Amino acid sequence: MTGDVAAAATGGCHIFSGCGFPAPGLQDFNFKPLFTVGSFNFTKPMLVTILCAIIVIALFWFAFAKPKVIPGRLQNLGELGVLAVRDQILRPSLGRKGDKYLGLLVSLFFFILLCNLMELIPVIQFPSMSRISFVVPMVATVYVLYLYLGFKNQGAWGYVANMWPRGVPWPVYIILIPVELLRFFIIQPFTLGIRLFANMFAGHLLLSIFMVATWYLLTLSVALLFAAGSAVMVLFVFLLELLVDVLQAFIFTTLTAVYIASSLEAQH
Amino acid sequence: MSTLAAAAPTVLQINFGAVGYGLAAIGPGIGIGLVFGHAIEAMARQPEATGRISLYMWIGFSLTEVLALLGLVVPFIFHAA
Repeated sequence: MTGDVAAAATGGCHIFSGCGFPAPGLQDFNFKPLFTVGSFNFTKPMLVTILCAIIVIALFWFAFAKPKVIPGRLQNLGELGVLAVRDQILRPSLGRKGDKYLGLLVSLFFFILLCNLMELIPVIQFPSMSRISFVVPMVATVYVLYLYLGFKNQGAWGYVANMWPRGVPWPVYIILIPVELLRFFIIQPFTLGIRLFANMFAGHLLLSIFMVATWYLLTLSVALLFAAGSAVMVLFVFLLELLVDVLQAFIFTTLTAVYIASSLEAQH
Repeated sequence: MSTLAAAAPTVLQINFGAVGYGLAAIGPGIGIGLVFGHAIEAMARQPEATGRISLYMWIGFSLTEVLALLGLVVPFIFHAA
């Protein structure tokens, strides 16, 4: 189920036993299919992603299925989450009129957060967002949404016209207009996806490098000292990744809100 | 998975990808420092504008950070087949 590296590492591959360091790499992100339907392979990242989606849906379903005036424990938790997203992410960029996008932002935030946190949970230990194909549908949703909102609210011509930077001497436009178009239609969605993907990719590599190194150095020799150091690094990277997971979910949702806001009205 | 003795390098091999990423991370490192430094300075000057400033701080941080992450991803995209 896990990659080749884990198999090599758990197979008694230690230092001084004539076995090179099984460095984690790209092969760590490829999984053998759990089962196959026709030509469709169902793999572990898909399972983790579906699990995350079910958890998010179930949490908010049970929290708000029968809302009471005096909230129960689960409803309290749900309200805490929704209010945190509303006051920290939605209100600063969209203001009060953006409240109808609260559902989108809340579900995006908690889905990404949970998918990211899966890299820290033992046994699962895989952030599905480190496969870029899991990021692309979310980015596509956001991309189509803000283009649609922009064309709808400002008109096809007005939307493009509002993107024009104003107040610069005209020769600058020769460079500035292609750059602005490129930024808006290609770089903006591309970086939105790459940011989440690369963070999770790097995080998973970091964690697995130190975990494999700890096991690799774990022998009754002077290497035990280095194994201890590596174990401390595992703890440190674990805490760092906890921060990065929350931060990336926050940034993805914040940027979604900012892009929606720039589509709703021209910001020049 | 050769033995340690056989794996002893006779010629020093430099992994240019790693060196390149190290160089590519210099700029974003400076940039992220500037973003957070100036945001903290601004918040210290005007504590009542903290919410507004922190929004732009995170946007600036994410725009800067993505440069370093692009450096991380690019070798995997454009690697020699």
